[in-house]
Amino acid sequence: MPDQLTDAVILGGNRIPFGKAGGAYAHASNQAMLTATLDGLVARFGLAGERVGEVAAGAVLKHARDFNLTREAVLGSALSASTPAYDLQQACGTGLETVIQVANKIRLGQIDSGVAGGVDSASDAPIAVGEGLRKALLGASRARTPMARAKALAAIRPGDLAPETPRNAEPRTGLSMGEHQAVTAREWGISREAQDELAAASHHNLARAWDEGFFDDLATGFLRLSRDEGLRPDTSVEKLASLSPVFGKGEGATMTAGNSTPLSDGAALVLLGTPEWAAEHRLPALARIVDAEVAAVDYVSGGEGLLMAPAYAVPRLLARQGLTLADFDRFEIHEAFASTVLATMAAWESEEFCRDRLGLDAPLGSVDRSKLNVNGSSLAAGHPFAATGGRIVASLAKMLHEIGPGSRGLVSICAAGGQGVVAVVEGC
Amino acid sequence: MADLMQMLTTNPLARQLGVPQPTRLRRGRELPSAPVALGSAGGGRIAGHTLELLGVPSREALVDTPDTRVTETDDDGRSREVPERYPSAIGALVVDATAATSISDLETVRGLLRPAMRGLESSGRVVLLGVEPETAGAPTAVATQQALEGIVRSVGKELRGGATANLVRVDLLTGEPTSPQELASTLSFLLEGRSAYVSGQVLHVGHAGTTPEETVARPFEGRIVVVTGAGRGIGAGIARTFARDGALVVAVDVPAGGQGLAEVANSIGGTALQLDITAVDAGRRIAGHVAQRFGDAARIHAIVHNAGITRDKLLANTDEERWGSVLEVNLAAQIRMNEELLTPDLPGGLDEGGRIIGVASTSGIAGNRGQANYAASKAGVIGLVRAMGADPRLTGRGITVNAVAPGFIETEMTGKMPLATREVARRINSLQQGGRPVDVAETIGYFADPASSAVTGQVLRVCGQSQIGA
Repeated sequence: MPDQLTDAVILGGNRIPFGKAGGAYAHASNQAMLTATLDGLVARFGLAGERVGEVAAGAVLKHARDFNLTREAVLGSALSASTPAYDLQQACGTGLETVIQVANKIRLGQIDSGVAGGVDSASDAPIAVGEGLRKALLGASRARTPMARAKALAAIRPGDLAPETPRNAEPRTGLSMGEHQAVTAREWGISREAQDELAAASHHNLARAWDEGFFDDLATGFLRLSRDEGLRPDTSVEKLASLSPVFGKGEGATMTAGNSTPLSDGAALVLLGTPEWAAEHRLPALARIVDAEVAAVDYVSGGEGLLMAPAYAVPRLLARQGLTLADFDRFEIHEAFASTVLATMAAWESEEFCRDRLGLDAPLGSVDRSKLNVNGSSLAAGHPFAATGGRIVASLAKMLHEIGPGSRGLVSICAAGGQGVVAVVEGC
Repeated sequence: MADLMQMLTTNPLARQLGVPQPTRLRRGRELPSAPVALGSAGGGRIAGHTLELLGVPSREALVDTPDTRVTETDDDGRSREVPERYPSAIGALVVDATAATSISDLETVRGLLRPAMRGLESSGRVVLLGVEPETAGAPTAVATQQALEGIVRSVGKELRGGATANLVRVDLLTGEPTSPQELASTLSFLLEGRSAYVSGQVLHVGHAGTTPEETVARPFEGRIVVVTGAGRGIGAGIARTFARDGALVVAVDVPAGGQGLAEVANSIGGTALQLDITAVDAGRRIAGHVAQRFGDAARIHAIVHNAGITRDKLLANTDEERWGSVLEVNLAAQIRMNEELLTPDLPGGLDEGGRIIGVASTSGIAGNRGQANYAASKAGVIGLVRAMGADPRLTGRGITVNAVAPGFIETEMTGKMPLATREVARRINSLQQGGRPVDVAETIGYFADPASSAVTGQVLRVCGQSQIGA
């Protein structure tokens, strides 16, 4: 093992345009989307037939048959079949966690290159059979005689035939993510107007980025989509204001379908490597992974919001790196809900929160809004859970490279289960 | 790409009913399997020297004269005089008429052609060599040379079994003469299966500044070739054919076509560059990609401007958007890209001795109802190629500029044409079948060949000698 860590540099990425649940990718499987995304990446960087160190990816909504999803995608892709792969899953943090994992292996010298990211389909979601039916079927398969098999199957009751669909709810609270966030939004007094403004900006920024060709080397058309399906270039604060709240109750409800991320389908990947590997392949380094942090909060009994973990992860990461929020040129805060972004930023500005929850002497500081999600984020692009990290990291690396060497970007992604994955990236 | 009509016209019953059956054409870098016969009308010798240079053995061609005819008796006992037959089928007839100056020389041409008309093997070749008529001097000599074109065009229509006939005009009488080295790539192309769908055409081979490279099987080994519109159809065929011949292919297409583009690029080990060619900086981005991927010293050997769109509508219903978008993509974009890539010493720009190849269309020659915009753009490409081919600033740098004009090519796009229209389009050409993307690609490869340095300003139809615009 080398005495010193090498740099893990980001060389680019690829994603397919994100689709709306039940939309263009309604019949596309996770494996199909991940393979297409991988092939687009391979074509962009001329890696056909090459072995890269590893491919790490994952999906949050996963069929039982997808137990080796990423390896299967590699085998179906133009990469060399000798490229190892594995699945990793950390809810909405999956994509960024794979980037961290691959970057760490590169930094340790275990691999010289890797691909990281994820895929998700809300359309092609798995549906499980009910517990009663499942147990009866398993019992029948264990039976040794026809009689025993018949007996096992006879235990099935009509009610057992109802399928179990995946629910967007926390297992320990039974509340959906939106219902959790509605509580947080109310606690932090996040206004409907502020949320709608953030949502409108996300759409306008993303539309501008597509128009400018920003995604020409970041995305590859798939099926009939050449842009994100949920993108509304002509939306406005006024139009968003006309929508009825869907999360939270009563007069104080502020969260609508317009300022909450829609269920989506899509995949995104990032190519990383050592500077040497990059030079050998004549690929310019866009940015390097500096450091990362994952935090978790006790949202079940500890009185913290489900999606507030990044508010803890970022201060710890900044402290370790000796940085402040003023040191960043770009902020990429995943827009699970507009109010998540706003509540997180409000927490960093709150003296009380920073003192009582983070143990800081002073507020962490403010995020310069002109540097926030400048090319749009999940509200406009959509949020195929495990794909979001790859989308953000590749886009951010390109932005930082355009700003120049030494520029800094902060990635912050909240995840189900009260977790938050964050990272510091530096432009090359 | 079998469809109902193809099935109906090619099944055994149709054959019995007398529906003409398309011949399976010889394709690829395959010379005729039977011997090449060589003859001269007027004493020209460049054809023979060029065949020697290519290492293609030839036998002396038979000449039909009253003295050489033989008497044959048919089943009914009637006897008649027929030309002497070749002992076995010949693969090609090459007639050197570069020194033909008189009407009597044309009689020699007839005498050479007659035994070959029924003596060629399947996918046989007739290649006539002449000079540019206007350089021939005396009016009779000019007329004689011009007559060759009429002969070739008619012979192309008479030949069957996938055989083709083409005329190559060389420079022998003015300026620097065309050398066998300079003619070699063209003769090789016309004899090989690469020219399967080229017939009834006239090509000019001039003189290159320097001795051209030798004609080899993998002429693009290690050379960078950019193909726009490479994600599907003809463009994908072009990319694959260049890769087959050793090229490092940069496959360009619009971001929306990225899925097909990735598949093509990955299958040939190339790189995909997603780019809207109408972007003002498209040329610079292509050069940037090449410089980045292959180093600042790298240069593009050839760029193929294949990307194109149609927005068909009768002119009565054509607004500025429908008009402009077609001209922008099919013509203006490549003019801008060429200007950028021709910047001397541009890292990743076009190499000295590089190749620019446009894609015109038979619609650009003949016009087409509902395609005034498209025909304008494709005719524009023809004008562009002629102008650039004659530009001394480019010839001085060894850069050639040529175009292909495809006729009916079997692609996903033509697969969507109405059945009857498609079948007519397939049939109204001398080869009585549609071409394939590879036929267009092979012709482009011929223009792009480093050995084709004496070929510039040419527009070659790849149409099976279609009646359209002929």
